[in-house]
Amino acid sequence: MIKRVLLLLPALLLLGGCESIMPEPWVKPYERHYLADPIMSFERDPVAAGFMNHVYEAREAARGAEGGSGGGCGCN
Amino acid sequence: MAATKKSLESYCAPRFGGRRCWSASPGVSSRTLSALRALCSGAHQIAFARDALKRFLFGLVFVVSPVVNAAVLPEERADTLYHSYSGGGVTIDGPSILVRKNIGNTVSLSANYYVDMISGASIDVQATASRYTEQRDEFSLGADYLVDKTTMSLNYTNSSENDYQAETVGFGISQDFFGDLSTLSMRATYGSDDVMRNGDENFLEHAEHRRYSLGWSQILTTKLIAELSVETVSDEGFLNNPYRSVRYLDPNSGTGFSYQAELYPSTRNSDAVALRAKYMLPYRAAVKTEYRRYADSWGIEADNLEFRYTHPLESENLILEGKLRFYKQDGADFYSDLFPYVNATNFRARDKELSDFSSTAIGLGVAYQVPERWALFNRKNTLNFYWDYILFDYENFHDVRVHQGGDSSYLPGEEPAYSFNAHVVRAFWSMWF
Repeated sequence: MIKRVLLLLPALLLLGGCESIMPEPWVKPYERHYLADPIMSFERDPVAAGFMNHVYEAREAARGAEGGSGGGCGCN
Repeated sequence: MAATKKSLESYCAPRFGGRRCWSASPGVSSRTLSALRALCSGAHQIAFARDALKRFLFGLVFVVSPVVNAAVLPEERADTLYHSYSGGGVTIDGPSILVRKNIGNTVSLSANYYVDMISGASIDVQATASRYTEQRDEFSLGADYLVDKTTMSLNYTNSSENDYQAETVGFGISQDFFGDLSTLSMRATYGSDDVMRNGDENFLEHAEHRRYSLGWSQILTTKLIAELSVETVSDEGFLNNPYRSVRYLDPNSGTGFSYQAELYPSTRNSDAVALRAKYMLPYRAAVKTEYRRYADSWGIEADNLEFRYTHPLESENLILEGKLRFYKQDGADFYSDLFPYVNATNFRARDKELSDFSSTAIGLGVAYQVPERWALFNRKNTLNFYWDYILFDYENFHDVRVHQGGDSSYLPGEEPAYSFNAHVVRAFWSMWF
C-alpha cells in the first residue's frame, strides 16, 4: 500500500502542478508594510542575537536550528 | 485564507502554461507527452487524491513557515557590543564589533571581532581545581553575493584560546520564491579544532564538526511570518573537556568518593528542529514564539520554548522588549553524578551541561534611537541595553562543596542538588551607514 502511494505521489505532483493545485501568493507586495516594520524581524540585531545563542549553546546540551543567527560557538 | 480555484489557475497559468502546460513545451519529448496525457486521462479517477493533496499542500504551507523579504543584501551597519555573563562563580565578558558593508548592489562583506574574557571559578573548578583567567578571541569574515532572488554566502571563523584553537568555514545559499512569500535556505559548515591542556605540553587532540541546516521561511498573512529550521550536527574526535573529572565511590577516601578523568564517545550526532513565528498585534507591537526540539546520539533530549513581546514607544524613540524562555533536557546516557566504582562504564561524564536540568530565563530590553540632531555622522544610531536573568536548576548534579568544610553530614550522592542564577547583559551601539 505504501509502495503504491509512493509511486502515485510523483504523478500527483506533476499532474497537480499542471492543473493549478498550487495556491497563488496571497500577500501582495503592497500588503507587506506590517511585515516590513523592523519590530517584525525575528532578530533585529545580529551581534546581540549571536551572543545569546553562544550563551545558550555553552550551557545547554542542545544546539542547532537557531535560525539566521546560529552557527556554533567554536569554543569548548 | 484559502485561494479560489480561479486564483490558483491564474497563478499556474503564466508559470506552467495553464492546464495544458506540457502541450506547449517544445523541450518535452513525444514519449513524455504520451505519458503525461495518459496521466491526465486518468485524472478523474484520482481527483479525490488530488484534492487531498491540495489540502495537504495548503496545510503544509501553513504549518511550516518562515519569513524572508524579497532577496536583498543585509543592512549596512556597525555594531559595538559589550557583553557580560555572570553566574555560578564565573564572569565572562568582553567586546564584540560587527561591521557590514556592501560593494555595489550584489556583494555584502562582514567582519566580526569577539572576545570572551573568563575569570572566576565554576563549581567544577571549586571542587577539583583552582581559579583561573583566560581569554578567547574570535575573528569572523563573511561575504554574501546576491543574484536575482538567490543569495550565496561564505564565512570563515577563527577562535583562539591558550588551550583551544578552532577554525570554521561555511557556505550557505538561500532562494526566494512563491512571489517572495517563501525563502528556502541551506547552510553547511565544517569546523576543525585542536584541543590542548595547559600544563601538559604533550597533550594535543583533534575534533571535527560538521553542521547542515535547512530553513524555510514563509509569510503567512499580512501580519504573520513563520520559520522552520532543521539542523543536524556531526562531531568526531576528542569531544570532552580535558580538565573535567567524574567522581566515583571510593571507601578509601575520607569523603567516600574520588575523581577520575571523564571519557566521552568520539562521535556525536544531533538533530534539532525549531518552529518560530512572529505576529503583529492590532496595535504596533509584535509577539514572537519559538519552540525547538533536540535529540542526539548520546541520549540527550531537550525542548525549549520562548515568548517575546516587542513594544515601540514612538514618541519616545524607544522599543521595549520582554522575553520568557523555558529549557529542559534529559541528560546523556553516560552521565552520572556518582559512579559506583572506578572505570565503572566505558564512557563517563559529570559535566552538568550533560545532566538532567531545566532553566528559566526572563529578559528585558530597550532600544533607543538617537534623535537626528545628536546622531553621529547624520546616520541612524541606536543605543541598546538588554538584561537576561537565567535560573538553572539541576536534578542530578549534586553540590559536592558541602564536603569542603569537613562536613560529613552528607553521604556521597545525597548532597543537595545544585542550582544557580546568572545575569546576562548586552549593551551596544548600532549605526547604519
